[in-house]
Amino acid sequence: MTEQGPGGGHAPSYDLECRNLVCRFGDFVAVNDVSFGVPEGDFFSILGPSGCGKTTILRMMAGFLQPTSGDFLIKGKSVIDMPPNRRPINMVFQHLALFPMMTVAENIAYGLLRQGINRIDARKKVEDALERIGLPGSGEKKIKQLSGGQQQRVAIARCLVLEPAALLLDEPLGALDLKLREHMKVELKKMQDQFGTTFVYITHDQSEALVMSDHVAVMNQGRFEQIGTPQDLYYQPATAFVAGFVGDTNRWQGRVESVDRDTVKVITQDGVQLLATAAGGEALSQGSQVEIFVRPEAVVITLESERITSQDNRITGELISVLFNGANSRALIRDRHTGGELDVALPQTGEFSHLQRGQEVHLGWSLAHAKAFIQKESGG
Amino acid sequence: MSLSLRSAVRLNLILLLIPVFLWLLLLIILPHIDMLLVSTQVKVRPRVYEFSFANYGEFFSEPLYWRTFARTAIMSIAATLLTLVIAFPVAYYIAKMLRGRMKSFLFLLCLVPFWVSELVRTFGWMILLRESGVFSNLFQWIGFADGPVEMLYNDATIMVGLIYTSMLFMVVPLVTILDSLDDSLVEAGYDLGGNAFTVLRTIIIPHAMPGIVSGCIVVFMLTLGNYLTPVLLGGKDSLWFTAQIYTQFITRFNWELGAAFGFLLLFLSSMIVWMGLKLSRQTLTETMG
Ligand SMILES: Nc1ncnc2c1ncn2[C@@H]1O[C@H](COP(=O)(O)OP(=O)(O)OP(=O)(O)O)[C@@H](O)[C@H]1O
Ligand SMILES: [Mg+2]
Repeated sequence: MTEQGPGGGHAPSYDLECRNLVCRFGDFVAVNDVSFGVPEGDFFSILGPSGCGKTTILRMMAGFLQPTSGDFLIKGKSVIDMPPNRRPINMVFQHLALFPMMTVAENIAYGLLRQGINRIDARKKVEDALERIGLPGSGEKKIKQLSGGQQQRVAIARCLVLEPAALLLDEPLGALDLKLREHMKVELKKMQDQFGTTFVYITHDQSEALVMSDHVAVMNQGRFEQIGTPQDLYYQPATAFVAGFVGDTNRWQGRVESVDRDTVKVITQDGVQLLATAAGGEALSQGSQVEIFVRPEAVVITLESERITSQDNRITGELISVLFNGANSRALIRDRHTGGELDVALPQTGEFSHLQRGQEVHLGWSLAHAKAFIQKESGG
Repeated sequence: MSLSLRSAVRLNLILLLIPVFLWLLLLIILPHIDMLLVSTQVKVRPRVYEFSFANYGEFFSEPLYWRTFARTAIMSIAATLLTLVIAFPVAYYIAKMLRGRMKSFLFLLCLVPFWVSELVRTFGWMILLRESGVFSNLFQWIGFADGPVEMLYNDATIMVGLIYTSMLFMVVPLVTILDSLDDSLVEAGYDLGGNAFTVLRTIIIPHAMPGIVSGCIVVFMLTLGNYLTPVLLGGKDSLWFTAQIYTQFITRFNWELGAAFGFLLLFLSSMIVWMGLKLSRQTLTETMG
């Protein structure tokens, strides 16, 4: 939808730039007119649900797949006709693709030797790289002798020793268990800082993308929905898909009753009247079908109804359950009138720690925090 | 309870293994022991035999015998290597380039020649290659040759026949092992700057090594022990070692010398396989496992 490059405007100093990439498999359009630029040293993520075409984009960038149309530039030069082994970018594969018949050191030295660097210099660089990824002295080990996280780091080091213009990573944390994944998120970000390389990172996990990235592109059904900083995506989603996919959110569907500049009055399917702000840059008019999104932390929760009289939207509900998770605790609340469920962030003060099941609570939120998007026929 | 259970399991295992042991004992070990005994007998007078290694001595003292053996071994090694060189691209194409039905179809196509007996298959070659055969007539008709061309009874023809017979036994293990090669390893090889040759040398071949070795062992053994193809396509001058063994047993009724030859064939072919394993740094368990 919005195709402004990250950082705004069209600065010519992009490290990588895709222009109107299209990839068709027969009748199926896997990647549909995607354009974006990645500035030097950027951590750029492509975030989207499974099967939306992320890997396809990356394979076109790495050179394993010829796009149906469009262009791809590295440092301003088109490389669309260059075979993968000549492109100055490297890829970390989804299942790492470390060479099992070689040792750790041989894996890291592989690309160096292919560049024609002599063995002595290559060995020095390999030792240096092992040091930097915290595996000094592990050069002679077989790949199988390393843990999942260590293999991860070797796979990345194997590319980074080549000092590529950019590193492409295809869900590299997908195969790890949850705990290790949390740890590797921080580790990856540190590694990127240390080597100062541009990263293009693919993931379907929105928290990974938000935590690590400088810029994120949200992808759906072969198209980019929005490109921006994690904050942009979270606070100013451009489309209903982005609002629903990035971060947790409460949502309602309804029909516009009246429009007053940006403010819309909506009657939901359950007959509740809500005030919201028009978003997504499309004109809303009376009778439009819309979706309203409200973040859990934008909802004020209280036991005394008079404390939220200033809020634009108010609901009375009963507590279903408290999902305690330290600072990220949530309450699940059922709307008294409609039976709809709401996800609400609990303040960290602890004043709600004694909430009882079935207790009556009052919820309120301002219309600025409620975003209304036109509802698409086949919206995600 | 657990004790009786365990002994029951053991009894089952023994019962299962009995046919295997019987097979080994009756069909492999016993005949070979008998062969060994026969090979160390020398006839002094009619029906009187003495213990002696003279039969083995004869192999080394008579140049025809050991030269025939050396020739057989070298041609078998050459046939094995040529089969490998031809089968590898075929196997790679079937395993990596094709998907679905086309893949099974081509794989099956490799099998088709084996629906016909080896004898008939070899006669097929003879019909094509003999003096009054299809190719000879074709060449004359085109004008490549003035008179009939005899293409049978030379080493090149033996080689073609041996390779043709061996293809399947090389293609099958190669397809199996190449199928198990993760495509992303090959892609990673290219991505890190490798070209087609280095990717083949550093990634594909090391991965395929167990399949290459097991294919080579099977093909080498089959070629070395082949009788029909060299004799029919090579004629009298084929000088194949199995033909020597046949001559000793059947034509000359010299079972003692024939048995000694049989043992030498077994021993020397084992040595060659062992050397091949050493050279390729593979172990037998790795290859067969
Ligand atoms: N070689 C191919 N031939 C036909 N269709 C393909 C091919 N490769 C991918 N596709 C289709 O293109 C779509 C996008 O695939 P892609 O692998 O890019 O998804 P993805 O976003 O990486 O998903 P995931 O998160 O599951 O890895 C899928 O619907 C897939 O079925
Ligand atoms: Mg993928």
